[in-house]
Amino acid sequence: MTYIALIITYVFIQNYILVNFLGLCSFIGVSRDSESALGMGASVTFVTGVTSVVCYIIYHYLLVPLHIEYLQTVAFILVIASLVQALEMFIRKTSPSLYKALGIYLPLITTNCLVLGIAIINITENHSLFETFVAGVSAGLGFTLAIILMSAIREKLAITDVPRHFKGVPIAFISAALMALSFMGFDKGILANLHLA
Amino acid sequence: MGILYAVLTIGILAFILGAALEFASKKFAIKKDERLSELEKIMPGVNCGGCGYAGCSAYAAAVASGEAKIGKCAPGGKALALSMATIMGVDEISEPEKQVAFVACRGDVNHTQLDAKYDGILDCRAASLLFNGNKGCKAGCLHFGSCAAECPHHAIYTDAEGNYIVDKNKCVGCGVCVTVCPHKIIRLIPYDAEYAVACNNTESGLKVRKVCEKGCIGCKICVNKHPDSGCEMKEDLSVVNYSKDTSGLEKAALSCPRKIIVKL
Repeated sequence: MTYIALIITYVFIQNYILVNFLGLCSFIGVSRDSESALGMGASVTFVTGVTSVVCYIIYHYLLVPLHIEYLQTVAFILVIASLVQALEMFIRKTSPSLYKALGIYLPLITTNCLVLGIAIINITENHSLFETFVAGVSAGLGFTLAIILMSAIREKLAITDVPRHFKGVPIAFISAALMALSFMGFDKGILANLHLA
Repeated sequence: MGILYAVLTIGILAFILGAALEFASKKFAIKKDERLSELEKIMPGVNCGGCGYAGCSAYAAAVASGEAKIGKCAPGGKALALSMATIMGVDEISEPEKQVAFVACRGDVNHTQLDAKYDGILDCRAASLLFNGNKGCKAGCLHFGSCAAECPHHAIYTDAEGNYIVDKNKCVGCGVCVTVCPHKIIRLIPYDAEYAVACNNTESGLKVRKVCEKGCIGCKICVNKHPDSGCEMKEDLSVVNYSKDTSGLEKAALSCPRKIIVKL
């Protein structure tokens, strides 16, 4: 599978939010305005790119030789949480402006199922190290795409006369469901048509 | 054997990561102004934005860096200003006078003429975009309650006639409603004030009479007959200047032909 096919797969066809339904908590929680949505998207892309590589190394050079692959979930959670914490400290020290933009979202990502999901799916799909990195970054880009689209919709919804009982999160979920339906339009056939598969 | 490997691997991994984090927290520690964390602790934490900053911690940061003055916090009041001054080691504080919001309009739908039927978004700001609202009086309350909805302390309620009234004891004077109101009819007045002019229409008495049964017609009785009322004319609208002597305001209220100087 070429890298372009990987990118298209994880941004559109297997979009983690709208097709695999992972990481919905931050998707709903931080999509109220597009500025913070962009910040969240950038943080997630950054974290997924780094953690998928680190988790790959942990899995293939630590868990596999010791035949304890069944511990991958525990090990990955440990690695992701501490890595994100270390990243937060590092960013706060080195770049206060970047910390202001991303910092408040980093703790939200620590226990995000999306990040863990990407690490595990990378293992089950048997990606190579570089493929893992590309898959991680494109999964983050897919998340960014979904959350920015969502925030644009929610900015419009905020000033619309929504029926009282649907105000806020309920209408957001309904919109997300409609977006998910539209993302079903992307399927593996795209890759065949582009001569990538 | 397998379980031993499992326990050891995860244990060692966790230990290494924990140690690395501990090392990182020392290495990347940031010196935080001690005064700032103390200030943050005593802030009321309502994040009303009345001080002009994004929230309580933003205002605390501005005070700690010397950028903002102490005493801008309306919810905290004098007590907070004093303790903030102690932390910052300064004596003089610009003491905030306790202020409350006041909705200067009593023109409910039964007493004010309507220009049009409005079916749009039920929000004053939206309604005012169309010809300054659907009411005959273009300076008065639109009665969609944006102020009540935005008030962080739920201090604004409607009375039996549908007018918006501020509960003096709940209001902290943050001024959120003042910025929300598109017709700028909400003012901050001293907490001790007993009377206020409940009208915002500066047009002549003739025009006001046409659209509202309650509005100020600019007869100047309060100004001329009760010089100690503190009332001043702003075009054809009487406005109380609370920095002047307002001892005669009660009598002025009684002699107001429109009964628009209301008791709070």
